[in-house]
Amino acid sequence: MNLSKADVLHVARLSALALTEAEADRMTGEISAILNYVEGLSVVDISEPGQDGAALSPTLLATDTPAPSLSTEVALAGAPDHSGSFFRVPRILEEGR
Amino acid sequence: MKNPFFSSLAEFARGRDERRFSIEEVTRYFLSRTEALNPSLNVCLSINQNAVNRARQIDARLVRNKADSPFTGYPVMIKDNLEMEGYPTTCASRILSGYVSRRTATAVARLLSHGVVVLGKTNLDEFAMGSSTENSAFGPTRNPWNPSRVPGGSSGGSAAAVAAGLAPLSLGSDTGGSIRQPAAFCGVLGVKPTYGRISRSGLVAFSSSLDQIGPFAGSGADALEALVAMAGKDPLDMTTVDRDPAEMRSEYQSTEIGGVRIGIPEALFGEGLDDSIRERLRNLRDSLSGEGAREVSVTLPHSRYGINVYYLVATSEASSNLSRFDGVRYGFRVKNPADLRSMYEETRDQGFGDEVKRRILLGTFALSAGYQDAFYRKARKVQALIRRDFLEAFRQCDMILTPTSPTPPFAFGEKTGDPLSMYLSDVYTITANLAGLPALSVPVGVDSHGLPVGAHLIGPPWSEGRLLRMADRIAGLYPMPLPEVHAGHVDGLSEGGRR
Repeated sequence: MNLSKADVLHVARLSALALTEAEADRMTGEISAILNYVEGLSVVDISEPGQDGAALSPTLLATDTPAPSLSTEVALAGAPDHSGSFFRVPRILEEGR
Repeated sequence: MKNPFFSSLAEFARGRDERRFSIEEVTRYFLSRTEALNPSLNVCLSINQNAVNRARQIDARLVRNKADSPFTGYPVMIKDNLEMEGYPTTCASRILSGYVSRRTATAVARLLSHGVVVLGKTNLDEFAMGSSTENSAFGPTRNPWNPSRVPGGSSGGSAAAVAAGLAPLSLGSDTGGSIRQPAAFCGVLGVKPTYGRISRSGLVAFSSSLDQIGPFAGSGADALEALVAMAGKDPLDMTTVDRDPAEMRSEYQSTEIGGVRIGIPEALFGEGLDDSIRERLRNLRDSLSGEGAREVSVTLPHSRYGINVYYLVATSEASSNLSRFDGVRYGFRVKNPADLRSMYEETRDQGFGDEVKRRILLGTFALSAGYQDAFYRKARKVQALIRRDFLEAFRQCDMILTPTSPTPPFAFGEKTGDPLSMYLSDVYTITANLAGLPALSVPVGVDSHGLPVGAHLIGPPWSEGRLLRMADRIAGLYPMPLPEVHAGHVDGLSEGGRR
């Protein structure tokens, strides 16, 4: 399966990655090559009923036990930008999307 | 190079208890060796400035109380995708610059509670994505056997640390071969445990259904003790299984090499395998037969699709796991973004390296509307077939032998231009992750160019003890020296790959 550059830019938007033009060109070829390889799977017969996936043991859910969480101070300690008890990010209201 | 104090964990514990050396002395020895060799090998991304203090505290405690674990005072290094409270965790990525961990990975915490001294954090392919450690934002690690060759990856720093004698034990993580392939390339033992054996809490997630933490060590016996110390149920990782870690020790002790049935998937010894590696493994097979082990022919018909499945399942999970790196809560953020959307997109574009971006894009595509059934879901179904092949094979044999890597350690840059050829480095190791099985790589000498060759053993679920017993027998048959590494050995090369 060969992706077009437009496909790659669409997936990049879904991935929240701003690719440069050069990156998008290069990735289009590389990802198409990888997809062509992994598509070798299409010949495998999966008609037999079988479990989806391959977990060794079923994953259990944790019991819902209340416990203290990170303090605001600790949660903000590594933030690139914060204000009071908030993470600060660029304005979103004017984005218009 | 062998350290002057001990050659095994047991010998360390004896020497410590008989006061033949202090923990401070041992710690200082490894730190100064690291200081001397790190500029050329680029093994460590950070050195623990508190290591000597901790060693002194342990020495002070040992004056009053006997050590309660063989690990008390034992030096270790950990891969820099494992968190340790108060220390940076970079995952060898620009996007985590400035990040300081607020918690300690369970596996590390358990070793610390046994008294280990963490010397430093080791280099890796960014977010553990790669097979050569060339994808590190801080430059590649050099192979201690030959500095023009890669150490393998993604846990290349941890493998090289043990090979170069910078630490007798290190931790890595293995999602498709990231412990075993560098172990083979660096001529040391590396173990990926059964999925669920060791908690992944505090390991920065790449592909959560495949990731496992495991040790690099000088012997199976040492790796065994590290596994026992780290294993067991952890409420912070619901995929951990409630089994007694000591079962590994009992199986190690009860396994007899004579009579072990070794499964040989003959197809995996054919086309695509380097001749010199095939010859070493032929030699190993003959030696093991001489020890009374019995070869059984097995087939793993779906293993040939391992790479295909892996690059859909692992990238899908990675695309989700890595969505947390967005420049809001920690790490790197671009300066003066125009708006919120461009802050996310540009932070991620500048913060992630090429391989990480490639995998995020591939995984996002495999999960996207219209393609999910043909790619991700199909891959999960074939994954189940790969696992079924193994479980059927294990009805006839106790473990399966394959090469660890199709090639010897390759040269820098040899595969970086062709992602697919890099992915094929993991062709023998990847299926153990897809099937959740324990597996290890043990050195079986060197090839015609003097580069290490690894043998790969895969066992049924929870059979780590048996595999490690076999690894120690193999180590007895193929004693592996550590390479002689000298400071300045690789002058002029160390800055080459930095970006």
